[in-house]
Amino acid sequence: MNLVIALLVSGRYLTKDRIREVVEGYHDHTDEAFERMFERDKEELREIGISIDVGSHDRVFDDEPGYRIRRGDYELPELVFAPDETAVVGLAARVWQHARLASQASSALRKLKAAGVPVEPDAASLVEPQLAASEPSFEPLWEAVIARTPVRFGYARPGQPARERTVEPWGVLSWHGRWYLVGRDRDRADTRMFRLSRVTGSVEAAGPAGSYTVPPGTDLRALAVQLAPVEPVGTATIRVRTGTCWALRRRASSQRLGNQGWDVIEVPYAGRWGMAEEIASFAADAVVTDPPELREAVVSVLRGVVERGAA
Amino acid sequence: MTQSAREQVPRMLALVPYLRGRDGVPVEQVAKDFGVSTAQIVQDLNVLWFCGLPGAVTGEMIDVDMDALEADGVVYIDNAEFLRRPLRLTVSEALSLIVALRTLRESASAQELPTIESALAKLESAAGDGAAAAAAVQVHVEPADPEVRAAIDTALSRRRRLQLTYVVPSRDEQTERDVDPLRLLTAEGRPYLEAWCHRVEDVRLFRLDRITAAAVTDAPADPHEDVARRDLSTGLFRPGPHDVLAVLDLDLSARWVSEFYPIESANERSDGTLRVELRVSDPAWLRRLALRLGGSAKVVEPTAVAEEIVGLAQTALAAYA
Repeated sequence: MNLVIALLVSGRYLTKDRIREVVEGYHDHTDEAFERMFERDKEELREIGISIDVGSHDRVFDDEPGYRIRRGDYELPELVFAPDETAVVGLAARVWQHARLASQASSALRKLKAAGVPVEPDAASLVEPQLAASEPSFEPLWEAVIARTPVRFGYARPGQPARERTVEPWGVLSWHGRWYLVGRDRDRADTRMFRLSRVTGSVEAAGPAGSYTVPPGTDLRALAVQLAPVEPVGTATIRVRTGTCWALRRRASSQRLGNQGWDVIEVPYAGRWGMAEEIASFAADAVVTDPPELREAVVSVLRGVVERGAA
Repeated sequence: MTQSAREQVPRMLALVPYLRGRDGVPVEQVAKDFGVSTAQIVQDLNVLWFCGLPGAVTGEMIDVDMDALEADGVVYIDNAEFLRRPLRLTVSEALSLIVALRTLRESASAQELPTIESALAKLESAAGDGAAAAAAVQVHVEPADPEVRAAIDTALSRRRRLQLTYVVPSRDEQTERDVDPLRLLTAEGRPYLEAWCHRVEDVRLFRLDRITAAAVTDAPADPHEDVARRDLSTGLFRPGPHDVLAVLDLDLSARWVSEFYPIESANERSDGTLRVELRVSDPAWLRRLALRLGGSAKVVEPTAVAEEIVGLAQTALAAYA
């Protein structure tokens, strides 16, 4: 604490000897003990985000380096929030359902309060998002993304043994409620998306921090869409029993109400098998009339149920 | 650094500028704003009292009015001009808040959007490196039908009852229900309405993408202040006391089930399948799941449901004959 104050108010570079002289707590130690304490304290300050500038103001005799903290580096810039903005910032601090991130958000909030921002969340009609991250790999990968540290981890697709992957992490992304890592897979020399729940074991550093660059203009969402396509690829014509198949009807592009207890709907779909499985889940309440390949897929799913059930 | 020191130094560095702007603030208020105990704040103040300018003699140290603290529980601080601003946000702090705000933005209504955007812009401008790193974390929340969303917003702000048309896929039902909206939330990437449902006389979560229609009524919504809001930190699905234990054998292509639903146990079997146990509150849900899985999974228990499933598939196949 005193070291921070000393380095902050000085304005000039303070040499190590001078620091030892003026900072409370450093006087009564041996040289060796002081060196150790000083190194440890500097490291601790870096850890909490204080950057210490090392240099010398004596251009002629630049023999001994001095230390200082620049106010511009240290101080939170001036921030003026309108009351409704402070309400959303307060709400944002409650979003994380993850111990480490929640505490990061609260300490950010404390600094804002210290800067005079009156942060007090009130119950607006705002959605209260909950952002959970229960995957153990979330935290090390989050850190790796921030520090740009290449990582190595075991990765197991369901039903397959874990394989080691070495990845340059570009970012993490919550997509359809699940966390993914997007980055360059070094072994495959290509962009890949990894589901965090499939990371096994611990995440190890595979190189020093900052040892790769993320291609400029990398758009995680665009990559996610590309790596997990969800665009419609066809339209199914389905006969559905009146008063059933509500989930299909919600997505129907057209609906023809019929008589004799059946309606006809048209539903756009992305993948043939995914759609066939969904239609099969309605059993006899949904019958595909078109296209034929979807009809065949539904029949195949239903036959599978019968054969497996009888086995 | 010990864990407590790691927290104490940043807290004290924030405490000084905080207190400089709030003469005579009650110590309880400080504790509340900092999310720690009153005793912790008192302890911090006792340390601060011994901090000050280099080479300081008494009188140049940070001056904490200990008499006022002990007598009236209020805090006065002086001689602390050198710590006038809090420390910058670290990359991780800025990122956690920016990502949280973006998540809010994902599910915000048109009226709220400008507020969130401007708060985000200000935060990003103050965050430096944190803002640059923010592109590396993205949260996608599925969009809701704007009409449904607008009706819910109106009902929440005017405290009115809503009439919902709601699809329950597991039972393949479309139901009409009157609900008193409590709050909007997102979980697992999807927006939900938490509301008191007059049909079941209990609190329910309604997925917004399953609400077919929402109409604001003239009836006032009951406040339901005595009703506990759901704690979602342990997930959306909570097993109930009447749930049935289902046993399924999953082939490779059906193993997503064990990732997708909360399972009680999973065991590899010698035939290459994975045997999972899961709690099922509604047999209709299990029937639908099994029909969807086709030949890639077998329902082992309950046997009665397993037989029903085969019967349903046979009936469905008859239509394609």
